[in-house]
Amino acid sequence: MAKKKSGNVEFAPRGIGDEKSGAVQKGVDLPAATKSKHKDLGLSAAKLKAMYEQMYLQRRFEERAMQQYQKGKFGGFLHLYIGQEAISTGTTFALNDDDDIITAYRDHGWGLCRGISANEGMAELFGKATGCSRGKGGSMHFAKAENHFWGGYGIVGGHIPIGGGLAFANKYEQNGRISTCFFGDGAVDQGALHETFNIAQLWKLPAIFVVENNGYSMGTAARRHTVADIVDRADGYGMKSAVINGMDVFSVYEKMKEIADDVRKNSEPWFVEIRTYRYRGHSMSDPQKYRTKEELEEYQKNDPIERLKTYILENDIAKEAALEKIEEKVEQEVLDAVEFADNSDFPKDEELYEDMFVEDDPYFHT
Amino acid sequence: MAELQFREAIKAAIDEEMAKDEKVLIMGEEVAEYNGAYKTTEGLLDKYGYKRVIDTPISELGFAGIGVGAAMNGLRPIVEFMTFNFAVLAADQIINHASKVKYMTGGQIDCPIVFRGPNASAGQLGATHSVAYDSMYAHFPGLKVIYTSEPDDAKGLLKSAIRDDNPVLFMESEQMYGLKGEVSDEEDYIIPIGKGKIKREGEHVTLVAHGKMYHLAVQAAKELAKDGVECEIIDPRTVKPLDLPLIIESIKKTNRCVILDEAHPFGGLAAEVGFLIQREAFDYLDAPVQRVTLPDVCAPFAKNLFDLWYPSVKQVVDAVNQVTYRN
Repeated sequence: MAKKKSGNVEFAPRGIGDEKSGAVQKGVDLPAATKSKHKDLGLSAAKLKAMYEQMYLQRRFEERAMQQYQKGKFGGFLHLYIGQEAISTGTTFALNDDDDIITAYRDHGWGLCRGISANEGMAELFGKATGCSRGKGGSMHFAKAENHFWGGYGIVGGHIPIGGGLAFANKYEQNGRISTCFFGDGAVDQGALHETFNIAQLWKLPAIFVVENNGYSMGTAARRHTVADIVDRADGYGMKSAVINGMDVFSVYEKMKEIADDVRKNSEPWFVEIRTYRYRGHSMSDPQKYRTKEELEEYQKNDPIERLKTYILENDIAKEAALEKIEEKVEQEVLDAVEFADNSDFPKDEELYEDMFVEDDPYFHT
Repeated sequence: MAELQFREAIKAAIDEEMAKDEKVLIMGEEVAEYNGAYKTTEGLLDKYGYKRVIDTPISELGFAGIGVGAAMNGLRPIVEFMTFNFAVLAADQIINHASKVKYMTGGQIDCPIVFRGPNASAGQLGATHSVAYDSMYAHFPGLKVIYTSEPDDAKGLLKSAIRDDNPVLFMESEQMYGLKGEVSDEEDYIIPIGKGKIKREGEHVTLVAHGKMYHLAVQAAKELAKDGVECEIIDPRTVKPLDLPLIIESIKKTNRCVILDEAHPFGGLAAEVGFLIQREAFDYLDAPVQRVTLPDVCAPFAKNLFDLWYPSVKQVVDAVNQVTYRN
């Protein structure tokens, strides 16, 4: 029986307004990073430099995108991945090129990792016909199906069953491919996740479900939207699980490779919680009143790109000048992409009616 | 021609398409070991095995989405819902994902999937098991919607649906599964999606009726024929794409129309067809178009209330009398 008459009835746990101690609140607890060195992981100097270039590209691409958005070059939503680049990069390097990746709407980094060029990506943001989704998708729906990047999806948790379905097809075809499905911490509260986990475990689907826990479901801290540790959800389904430090690309690479090998060998799903931090707001319209500047700065000390750079320099894998050369190349690539997007044509009017159906001359109700 | 029950026609369509294409599979609640809640998949597990005939948990959102992902990744799943009333739980997958994935990726990804199962009322099953969803899904671009009335249509159209490279919703009825009808024994019998059929010719009034309502129209036409009123019955079979030219051609002949729809009145097929007739054949009409639908009320349980709720032959006869100014 519920308690009778209390003067203080509350439901959702309070957020930042309740912090009185002045202590830095933490969005997520980062687990320890791997101690493995690049040679232990089988990563060559060339691979490390490629990783650095990829992460740097994602960062600069989005910084330029943000600038163009603020200049009014394009509209719609813009959800930035900045701070989380080690996850997309470490994972993509760990997977086979024909393994499937599907993600949510914070998808630019994933697209760049899977072969969407800066040009195609920026043009998509601008809504141009030269974009990766021909200007039909925008920021939330980057896709490159030929490279097994199935796209970004905009309904929180809605693509989790689809990730299971990609894995279903791979098991059906016995083609040796595995599927990976990424989503934010907000999605773990959706029923779609639980239905998919139950079926994936029951049917032994070769899938890795990964929550990129960046501490916030839009403006709601994880401790305010979900109970217990997110990773523990796996236990209820008897699913294998792991927690990874997502601010360290080696940690992501090492563990995701190990998990991918296991899934390929045993055809059983995993649930992985990769803890990370998003530097920017949920989207461009987010005043970020739910967290402090100190908290953000705390995580920026762990910046994944700086971390890799430091490693490369300290271990004498490349000289500062070599990294600067990569940075300059990327800066130019992104600037060129802005120019490319700006100069590209919008889709033609008749394209409004294209891509709805497979037929050349489909029926449209009027 | 062979006489088949509706369920046998559906099973034959699935069987033939599974035999023809290794990528076709069926999943749903009770489809495999139980042989189908309504026996539309009887014997398929024995014939095709556990890889292609798959029992699912009661988890519509989950298995519908797995079907969508599998379709995107090259398979041709048939996802059976025990009723479309339960498919509401999976609506996110049908409406937000299956129908949109091709468009929003600029044409990169196809989703060849069939969602099928019984639709609408099946007697005194109460408020949550009695809704007709065909018009609701027809609202969304990217989906094709079929709701057939006879075994022959069911077989030919379900085979087309399974072969279609777009997402298709194929609707049946618990109350029609036992209905017998002549089914073409033509090899590889296909009816194109989007083609309606004149099922009874008549000169005085056009009745547009699909699904279970077709059978109500047939009964009403028999009654009215006794009084010398000859009804032309058009079964659209496919709700979307709608065979509008067939309907308009008939109206131009009869100049009067009653639309029967098993859905509620607001924004349903009856409303849509009524609009289209006034737009396309305004000058041919000798009376305002009338419709017979469910009332704007949930399904009741009590027998007397249910009978009031469900469209009746009398309502159809009355509507015809109204458009022919016979009352």
